[in-house]
Amino acid sequence: MTDTGLPASLEALRRLREDPHRLGHRAHGPAAPVPGAGHGETGPARKRVIVGYGFWIFLLSDIVMFACFFAAFAVLRGATAGGPTIAQIVDLKRVGWETACLLLSSYTCGLSFAATNARNKLWTQVFLLLTGLLGLAFVALELQEFLDLAARGITPQRSAMLTGFFGLVGLHGVHVTIGGLWLATMMAQVQFKGFRQEMMHRLLCFNLFWHALDIVWIGIFTIVYLLAAAP
Amino acid sequence: MFGKLDWSAVPFSQPIPLITSVVILLAMLGVLVLATVKGWWPYLWREWITSVDHKRIGVMYGLLGTLMLIRGFADAIMMRTHQAMAVGGGEGYLPPEHYNQIFTAHGTIMILFGAMPLVLAFMNYLVPLQLGVRDVAFPTFNSVGFWLTASGALLVNVSLFVGEFARTGWLPYPPLSENAYSPGVGVDYYLWAVQISGIGTLITGINIVTTVLKMRCPGMSYLRMPIFCWTALASCLLIVAAFPILTATLAMLTLDRYLDWHYFTNTAGGNPMMFVNLVWAWGHPEVYILVLPAFGIFSEIFPTFSGKPLFGYRSMVAATLFICVVSMLVWLHHFFTMGAGAAVNTFFGISSSIIAVGTGVKIYNWIFTMYGGRVRFEVPMLWSMGFIFTFIIGGLTGVLLAIPPADFLTHNSMFLVAHFHNVIVGAVVFAVFAGLEFWFPKVFGFRLHAGWGKAAFWLAFTGFWVTFTPLYVLGLQGMTRRLQHVNVPDWAPGLYVSVVGVAILALGVAAQIIQLVVSIRHRDTLRDVTGDPWDGRSLEWATASPPPFFNFAVMPDVEGEEAYWDIKRRALESQQLGPEPDYAPIEMPLNSPVGIYTAFFTFVFGFSMVWHIWWVAVAALVAAFAGFVVFAWRDAHEHEVPAEEVARLDRARREARTALLARLPREESAS
Repeated sequence: MTDTGLPASLEALRRLREDPHRLGHRAHGPAAPVPGAGHGETGPARKRVIVGYGFWIFLLSDIVMFACFFAAFAVLRGATAGGPTIAQIVDLKRVGWETACLLLSSYTCGLSFAATNARNKLWTQVFLLLTGLLGLAFVALELQEFLDLAARGITPQRSAMLTGFFGLVGLHGVHVTIGGLWLATMMAQVQFKGFRQEMMHRLLCFNLFWHALDIVWIGIFTIVYLLAAAP
Repeated sequence: MFGKLDWSAVPFSQPIPLITSVVILLAMLGVLVLATVKGWWPYLWREWITSVDHKRIGVMYGLLGTLMLIRGFADAIMMRTHQAMAVGGGEGYLPPEHYNQIFTAHGTIMILFGAMPLVLAFMNYLVPLQLGVRDVAFPTFNSVGFWLTASGALLVNVSLFVGEFARTGWLPYPPLSENAYSPGVGVDYYLWAVQISGIGTLITGINIVTTVLKMRCPGMSYLRMPIFCWTALASCLLIVAAFPILTATLAMLTLDRYLDWHYFTNTAGGNPMMFVNLVWAWGHPEVYILVLPAFGIFSEIFPTFSGKPLFGYRSMVAATLFICVVSMLVWLHHFFTMGAGAAVNTFFGISSSIIAVGTGVKIYNWIFTMYGGRVRFEVPMLWSMGFIFTFIIGGLTGVLLAIPPADFLTHNSMFLVAHFHNVIVGAVVFAVFAGLEFWFPKVFGFRLHAGWGKAAFWLAFTGFWVTFTPLYVLGLQGMTRRLQHVNVPDWAPGLYVSVVGVAILALGVAAQIIQLVVSIRHRDTLRDVTGDPWDGRSLEWATASPPPFFNFAVMPDVEGEEAYWDIKRRALESQQLGPEPDYAPIEMPLNSPVGIYTAFFTFVFGFSMVWHIWWVAVAALVAAFAGFVVFAWRDAHEHEVPAEEVARLDRARREARTALLARLPREESAS
């Protein structure tokens, strides 16, 4: 299975340039299936499409798991058992900094993939490092938040609401931490192995993962923190 | 040092688990010694344990599922005989704490470690063959998924010998499953075993979805896929949508038990009914994850043995996807008695009843497929026709249970037990045996003995009805499920008849095993040389039996709905095979030990978490991560099969086909 560059994406780009309004063209369906994209009757997709697609499916399943923790938090939100309410434990300023770090890390992650597509090892590594540092800052801030709360006796053992809060936010924190481990491994691999086919696939998956964590964080930021601050 | 683990964990004072586990240990030891003495390890390691071939993994899934099916059946025998002895004044022979473990283990093992691996076995083996491709999308992950499921199954069975299993029923409802009421390790065994195997299942689900959607041979558009591939797709979409819910729910219960959190506790505002909602939001789709591929198996068998294309192919696809979607919207019918109110119960009652529309479409399609066809009453067809009869009754009692007022009377009764066995045994288990008889020659190269197969079918069919009909009646008389002691003497006759039924079922199991032994002994006379023993219609019959490791020497080019049937008809009309293709080298994935490596450390992790041996758990995680990095460092992932080797293997197949063509009488070609 030979697989150079970004066949499906390049093909899509070419079509867009030739026909910006896509008149008479459809990306899907039997009219004009792109070879190697896995649509219609053209045979198996290219490896890169398969890897990216499979990872998307995984991400969807991961988001279903987050959805359960969101639901649990929503159900337990009022169950404070005489302890603090959600409005009393939220520190919006710190969360603002956390959000800034994470969104910025998504931006640098995107820049690293632009460098990857240009096969530029130096800038790929620089932006991956920045992404990792911003992720680390996010995790550190979150850890600080948790430790501060614990110091005030606000732990998941206190009430069901706190269980839901620590569970949801903590699950996301664990995801970012695992993403950081993955990122460190990827940087080592890029350094020693260069931009080989499977490295490109792994970097693609890592990018998808990191952006998906951002999307989940937007949900947490809104539903847990902003709604708590609302009157 | 070893957490909660000490010698008191081994049940020296309880003869039943002790003797069983000693026998199992001796059998396992015997197999290991035999393999060592005979020098089979290099072969096993190379061809099976590290294999990433979807066919090998499918066979291993099948083996695991069969072993667990037998284990679960042993639990069933104990439950039926115990209840028959514990009715009225009788004491029975199982103490309550042991009886509770047995019904929990029976449900858990049958659904998650028996039926699931068997269904995954068919999907793994058949989907790439029917789609005309060489492997699934992620072969190495496929191996990881299988070995994770296997390590989960091992963890469940270890609980027999070290410690105990849960006493909560196969879904560990809190607050019973919380620390306050289940302080032992039983629920922890359940949590880690199911969690690990659930992750394995999720991996396989992602794999099959990607395979079906992105890897079909040229010409295989969606509406040319065999129905089995459609049902596998629908089932795996449900896996992707539902198994994360199980992962999350079990993780929450784990946090409650290990860190004293309050998701589902009675205290500090926890909400036990949230567990019931979440777990059934997985549990009901799980039923369809099992039954949709079963429908797919029957949809392959009916056309083949009726000599006709499947009736209403498109309506079958639509019905499959309809069931796939609606199955996510019915979970509350498992607990109408929660008290959610009339509006909620009505919604779920209606959505549950509506599922019967999709299933009804399928039933009529199968019946109309047989109508006007030349029906051959081979063993797979017997199982399929037995399925239609059994499943209709099971479906009708299901519609009855879907009516909330009626459900209030039958909730958690033996009527319910009879109903879900009626659908799961009638559909999934019958499909597994139908599929086993149907595809066995493809997998192993020889047919199964028909006489013993027919005996096994009639024994199982009769045994099933003799076992479960009395349970329907007992349920309507008011007998609840999971009774360790039955104090109504009037119920004795029904329980006695049910034991007779179990005995007939056991004879059926024996006939199935004898069939396997007899077939292996006579494999030369039962040999399938052509690769197409049943006059099949889809692409798996186009290859040799057993298929070469690359499946197809040249990727088929599909032109119609029944891919292989068209190729065959053309060959019969012209009295010759198509021209010999240009053989090209093939890239195939390399073997990988990452599956067994990961599963080993996951097992160690799960076991040490159960017993609170924290340092081993951490060490296992570190080892698993280190291993992953090492394997990710590997340079080569594929190896090339030279064109001459491909040509040599394929020419043998073409010779066999040409010989078959010469043997066939001329007039057959008209059909």
